[in-house]
Amino acid sequence: MKRRDFIQMAGLGAGAMMLPFTGLGHEIDPAHMLMPLMDASQKKALADVALNTAKSLGASYTDVRIGRYLNQFVTTRERKVQGITNTESYGAGVRVIANGTWGFAASNDVTADGIKKTTERAVAIAKANSKFQKEPVKLAPTPSYGEISWKTPIVKNGFEVPIKDKVDLLLNANAKALEKGASFVNSIMFLVNEQKYFASSDGSYIDQDVHRTWPNFQVSMVDRQSGSFKTRSAFSAPVGMGYEYMDGKASDKIQGPGGVILYNNSYDIVEDAIMATEQAKEMIAARTVEPGKYDLVLEPSHLWLTIHESVGHPTELDRVLGYEANYAGTSFLTFDKWQSKKFKFGSDVVNIVADKTQIGSLGAVGYDDEGVKCKKWDIIKDGVLVNYQATRDQVSLLGQNESHGCSYSQSWEDVQFQRMANISLQPGKQQLTPDQMIAGVEKGIYIVKDGSFSIDQQRYNFQFGGVLFFEIKNGKIVGMLKDVAYQANTQEFWNSCVQVCDDRDYRLNGAFYDGKGQPGQANAVSHGSATARFNGVNVINTARTI
Amino acid sequence: MAILSKDDAKKILEKVVGFSKSDGIEVTLNGNDGGNIRYARNSVSTAGESSNVSLSVQTYFGKKSGGASINEFDDASLEKVVRRAEELAQLAPENPEFMEPLGPQNYGTDPKTFIESTAKITPDYRAKSASNSIEPASKKDVTAAGFLEDSRGFSSLMNSKGLFAYSQSTGVDFTVTMRTNDGTGSGWVARNFNDVSKLDAAEASQIAIDKALQSRNAKAIEPGKYTVILEPNAAADLLGLMLAGMNARQADEGRSYLSKKGGGTKLGEKIVDERVNIYTDPWNEEVPVANWSDGGGGRFGGGGGGGGGQPRTKMDLIKNGVVSNLIYDRYWASQKNVEATSFPGNRIMAGGNASIEDMIKDTKKGVLVTRFWYIRAVDPQTLLYTGLTRDGTFYIENGKIKHPVKNFRFNESPIIMLNNLETLGKQMRVAGGFGGGSSLIPAMKIRDFTFSSLSDAV
Repeated sequence: MKRRDFIQMAGLGAGAMMLPFTGLGHEIDPAHMLMPLMDASQKKALADVALNTAKSLGASYTDVRIGRYLNQFVTTRERKVQGITNTESYGAGVRVIANGTWGFAASNDVTADGIKKTTERAVAIAKANSKFQKEPVKLAPTPSYGEISWKTPIVKNGFEVPIKDKVDLLLNANAKALEKGASFVNSIMFLVNEQKYFASSDGSYIDQDVHRTWPNFQVSMVDRQSGSFKTRSAFSAPVGMGYEYMDGKASDKIQGPGGVILYNNSYDIVEDAIMATEQAKEMIAARTVEPGKYDLVLEPSHLWLTIHESVGHPTELDRVLGYEANYAGTSFLTFDKWQSKKFKFGSDVVNIVADKTQIGSLGAVGYDDEGVKCKKWDIIKDGVLVNYQATRDQVSLLGQNESHGCSYSQSWEDVQFQRMANISLQPGKQQLTPDQMIAGVEKGIYIVKDGSFSIDQQRYNFQFGGVLFFEIKNGKIVGMLKDVAYQANTQEFWNSCVQVCDDRDYRLNGAFYDGKGQPGQANAVSHGSATARFNGVNVINTARTI
Repeated sequence: MAILSKDDAKKILEKVVGFSKSDGIEVTLNGNDGGNIRYARNSVSTAGESSNVSLSVQTYFGKKSGGASINEFDDASLEKVVRRAEELAQLAPENPEFMEPLGPQNYGTDPKTFIESTAKITPDYRAKSASNSIEPASKKDVTAAGFLEDSRGFSSLMNSKGLFAYSQSTGVDFTVTMRTNDGTGSGWVARNFNDVSKLDAAEASQIAIDKALQSRNAKAIEPGKYTVILEPNAAADLLGLMLAGMNARQADEGRSYLSKKGGGTKLGEKIVDERVNIYTDPWNEEVPVANWSDGGGGRFGGGGGGGGGQPRTKMDLIKNGVVSNLIYDRYWASQKNVEATSFPGNRIMAGGNASIEDMIKDTKKGVLVTRFWYIRAVDPQTLLYTGLTRDGTFYIENGKIKHPVKNFRFNESPIIMLNNLETLGKQMRVAGGFGGGSSLIPAMKIRDFTFSSLSDAV
């Protein structure tokens, strides 16, 4: 299966949840996942083979990534286990600059001889491609960090939790949904562990252990009489945490507007499955929306995706430069807008930061995949575009001499390139709760959880759906709506942002498999926000008859 | 190592099956050599090659199954992977949807999926293709961004019931986006073949350059319902989403556009214009694909497969506008007492004789669409999708292209679209099928296509 197909499948679109079975490495025994393959000194010795070989062949820069990528998926539907899959992908990728040009090669032969051959191929490819290179690659300087390590600060390693516990938890959630009358329920537990060792000719040897966790479900309600069906997905978030995310602590539960329970730093899947079933019934019976202009109150589990598509992607420097023109697209946030220092991307309350260090986020690492120490920086300040997201070979084009640390590769066998950092809307400075925000809205819709999404290749025009839509009339929620999607222009939309709730309401959500590049690669990234209000947004009705 | 002959693959598979101590075993052995080159800003950005052979084992005890895979092929490693799969099978919960493997099958003649010239593509060929695309662009003040990817591979499968299947394939995919340096025009072209001798990167690139130049300074026209002429790539994207949803189980369960109000499915019902004929055929000369299916995920279960080694046959999906087959995996077929349907490998829609030019001549007022972009489901019940036009959208008036137009966002269902069919044009091979195959899709003229807003994107 090609990666893009996998990403599509893992997108968990309508209907049955599909299972990723291949494309992530070899299926292995789960017990094997807990055994280390090599210690840091052995990896350093192998890395030095790459660094020395490349140098002797004339490379001016080299980095090597020895990576072990572990995935576990437990999938169920109704009262059945559909699959338990454990995969491991292990190998090394070598990237060099020779004749001013990048070259990359990778192999699963992680021996001194294998790495030497891989390095020779990388140098040969760089030299072959240098015939077509117009300008030599220029890397921003980065300090030599010596031998260091970084770990996701997890409390419970999900891979150490017995599979039976995961199966029992998912089947319990399914059973509760079925007892409440759900027609169908699919649930899944994804666990990821990236064990990555990076070394470069700049003198850094970085050992990192990265964990991610994502529980998810889809509760479907079918009304045979009317022929209609609705699906309510889980209110969980994919997180850069361990299995402690499944603790469902009372202190992490939030009583939201419209009787909705939302989750912050941990998640109660059983409670959510019960709530999902009740809400799926309501979704079928909901009133169809009257198209027109509404003030939208967007909850963080919804707004993250709008931030991702309309802020995260257009501020990626490789898109601005045209490297993604043939696939993901370019960007409307051209250099002239940034250089003017007054391009009003959003209203004054719109402050958006990029942050690769945020605890619990999917994008948090100590160092990126080209050995740059991660940091936090402003992207939109008081509504004005102030910076982009860039890697070492791009940042000089901005007149900056320090990379933003945005280099990432999904595996040892894919070349690293610029990927999105966690991009988050900062909470408002005034004290404001979602209930208080809704109380000020005359005609509006409160939207919870991401749904359908689509945006053009330069990120001007977008359309978003959602999962739950509550009608707001004269400051109160009066019932549920369906067939809702909103369409806007990115700049107009962010300039219509009039309020953002305060930091008590700030939460992360995100994407496990954001796709980009050719061949396609996935990236995991979080987006935080508090509930925010956007005035006068165009809402369409999506009901059709076939 | 990546391409094993039928005999070599068979020897390894027989050895692995021989190691089995379980109730039964199914083994797949697949290999692929691939290469690619990517360019942007009129310069090569990345290039690489990869090679991989992998052996995957599924074993079962009763209704409990387990899998493991490996890429080492010495006897000890092969035996070890079988033992590991058996240990996992013993630990696994029972799968009530488990289906025993198939016995020996008759697959008929081998489709022509492997072409020697494609298998011999070199880094120099890729670099030359990129250069043939970049050079004419830079002469016209246009910037090229493109990607060429080629592969050669084999797939094989054997089980303990005596089934053996083997196939080889090659493929090449080429896409390029040409943007005028003033940022106001963009064109795109895509080519997909088993046989690289059919690919002319220079010729294809010229089409994208011409589109970029012609699409400069697009004018805005009001969104609304328009007659559209969809080039095959645009049509294929929406059709593909419709065909991917022809799963019988979901339809039976009431959660598909093919579910019927009050219960049951739309199998046997007319859902689109009677001129619509869509089928799959592994032996089609333009889009050949392996005549057997590896069953995909859940080989032993109901989770999407249960068809390891199932023969693919020529099969109608939509015949004269009527749903003629749904896809039943082996488990669901056993529940419904019907024949299981192998998962199709390609998709073919019958076309007509009209060229795009003929269709334009015949259009009083309409929009020509090169391609769609960022298509996402809005409502699975009506198959409503949203997305945008991109890289060459033109206004047609009185039989002629009048001027380029700004891109539109659409909200449309392929079912509604195929009910509003005006004319079918000539077929073209496009990338993307079902199980790794490609599609043969005609250009088509559609009335009342719903454009709901304008985009400033170029």
